[in-house]
Amino acid sequence: MSDFLSQAFVQHALLAGTAVALAAGLAGYFLVLRAQIFTADALGHVAYTGALGALAFGVDPRLGLLLATVLTAFGLAGAARHSRPDDVVIGSTFGWLLALGSFFLTLFTTRPPTSSTGNGVANISYLFGSIFGLSGDQAGLVAAIALGAAALIVIGARPLLFASLDEAVAAARGVPVRVLGVGFLVLVGVICAQATQAVGALLLLGLVAAPAGAAHRLTSRPFIGMAAAALIAIASMWVGLIVSFYTSSIPPSFAILAAATLGYVVSAVATGSQGHSASGDTGRLGGRLFQGATHVRRSSHRSTGASPSGRRAGRTRPHHP
Amino acid sequence: MTVMLAGAASSPWSWNLIDDVRDMWSYPFMVNAFRAGSIVAVVAGVVGWFMVLRKQTFAGHTLAISAFPGAAAATLLGVSATAGYFAFAVAAAIVVSVAARPGTRFSEESAVIGTVQAFALACGYLFVSLYKGFLNSVTAPLFGSSFAITNDQVVTLGLVAVATFAVLAVIGRPLFFASVDSDVAAARGVQVRLHNAVFLVVLGAAAAEASQIAGALLVFSLLVMPAATAQLVSAKPAVSLGLTVVLALLVTWAGLVLAYYALYPLGFCISSFAFGLYLLARAGRRVA
Repeated sequence: MSDFLSQAFVQHALLAGTAVALAAGLAGYFLVLRAQIFTADALGHVAYTGALGALAFGVDPRLGLLLATVLTAFGLAGAARHSRPDDVVIGSTFGWLLALGSFFLTLFTTRPPTSSTGNGVANISYLFGSIFGLSGDQAGLVAAIALGAAALIVIGARPLLFASLDEAVAAARGVPVRVLGVGFLVLVGVICAQATQAVGALLLLGLVAAPAGAAHRLTSRPFIGMAAAALIAIASMWVGLIVSFYTSSIPPSFAILAAATLGYVVSAVATGSQGHSASGDTGRLGGRLFQGATHVRRSSHRSTGASPSGRRAGRTRPHHP
Repeated sequence: MTVMLAGAASSPWSWNLIDDVRDMWSYPFMVNAFRAGSIVAVVAGVVGWFMVLRKQTFAGHTLAISAFPGAAAATLLGVSATAGYFAFAVAAAIVVSVAARPGTRFSEESAVIGTVQAFALACGYLFVSLYKGFLNSVTAPLFGSSFAITNDQVVTLGLVAVATFAVLAVIGRPLFFASVDSDVAAARGVQVRLHNAVFLVVLGAAAAEASQIAGALLVFSLLVMPAATAQLVSAKPAVSLGLTVVLALLVTWAGLVLAYYALYPLGFCISSFAFGLYLLARAGRRVA
């Protein structure tokens, strides 16, 4: 283990990876709660377009990543009549934005390479990440931004939970659900931009979805669930980095994702066909959280429980401007 | 790399459409591109129409993308790419449909789909790294390959199209019923879960086969955008289904022409037209 920790590139990877995993786990908890995992998927794909666009125009790709994810987060939030965009809007938008990424890729790869690594390598590293390739400065910046985003999510956790569990009641009680929805998506965009540098634009979805899905299965208590999601994500990151370091032929991104997926599978098997929070105690959850706000429950999930494929929040929730 | 048709144009774009088409179709690979593109457009349009109606865009995206690990695994093991595509797409479809069982919370379903997608892509990346192949082979299954489409591939696509339509002809009506109102459909004896599972397998198989030629990205664009546009324009099922197919064909042909005459990747051209139409439909709806 000492040869693992003594390597500078491993230290950088651990620094950036831990911060990214913490932020992704926390954001993922709310994304699963709000059924917005698809949005994170879209933001991840868009990050690729941003990085390739920046490379094609000769700008720092990290700036391109951040701009693309944050602008898309604003755009998706703005396109929705409610605080959550629907799946067709997301799908159409990122389908085209990813196509734009392939367009930038041709622009970028048809010009002569500017560095010794070559343009093809840059492309792959944004799609699938290159966490062992981060420099100290890069890792520090990734960690600082990811930790900042994680801190903001923790600060806004209580109103965001309320708004996520029952938007209508939260709005009636003066919670600014619209601002929270947009602000949360923007934070997710920032986190996606950082996670792209660690596990890549295509794989960050797993770091967001799998630990959070496991946490939601294991507990219905929101703050314990948030902590569990973050811890599972961090553990997946560490396990992945260690496995990848000692096996050399397995890329770190795959090992991290495999660990996170395994975590989800284990928690799903352990909790059986009915997960903890699937047993319908979200009402208690809301009641515990917000005294006085009784009957806080996820009515949309209950009433349409028999059609899991159907109707997402936008349609079943009443609109409160 | 991306599908690049440009550079082949013997004469520049003239506004004489007949001459332009004659010029394009003087190349066998362009004729095959039009044949394959048309088949993919019709299949993706019809399957996508159900996908959009059922709000399974995320699942569709995941299934389309599972073509990538399938292709990578087939290359690594040295078996036929078609087998790899189908194995992964069908496996992903089964996992997703099991996760979508009644009683599961919708948000958990999306977590499962997200996990399946990311893990599938991670597997694809692993297979490619183990194979230590040419780096650009990573993007080929995502953005489409540069290989000219062969006659055999057109025939394979045609067979997949026939199989897809055969299954949809059998499950189409109850599937539509279950998509519009699953509770009432279940009460009337429709096996909602079974239809969901069969539909996801059809979606996965069709997306996988089409991805092999056009790339997962382009297939997803054709799955979601024409159907989304048509369903914004008309609420009548027959009208919007017909319109979906017409729009899918139009954007595919327009994209092929643009890719032939300009230096842009085919996937980008087709999804730009499709996305433009979708934005127009949204704007038109807002004005109306």
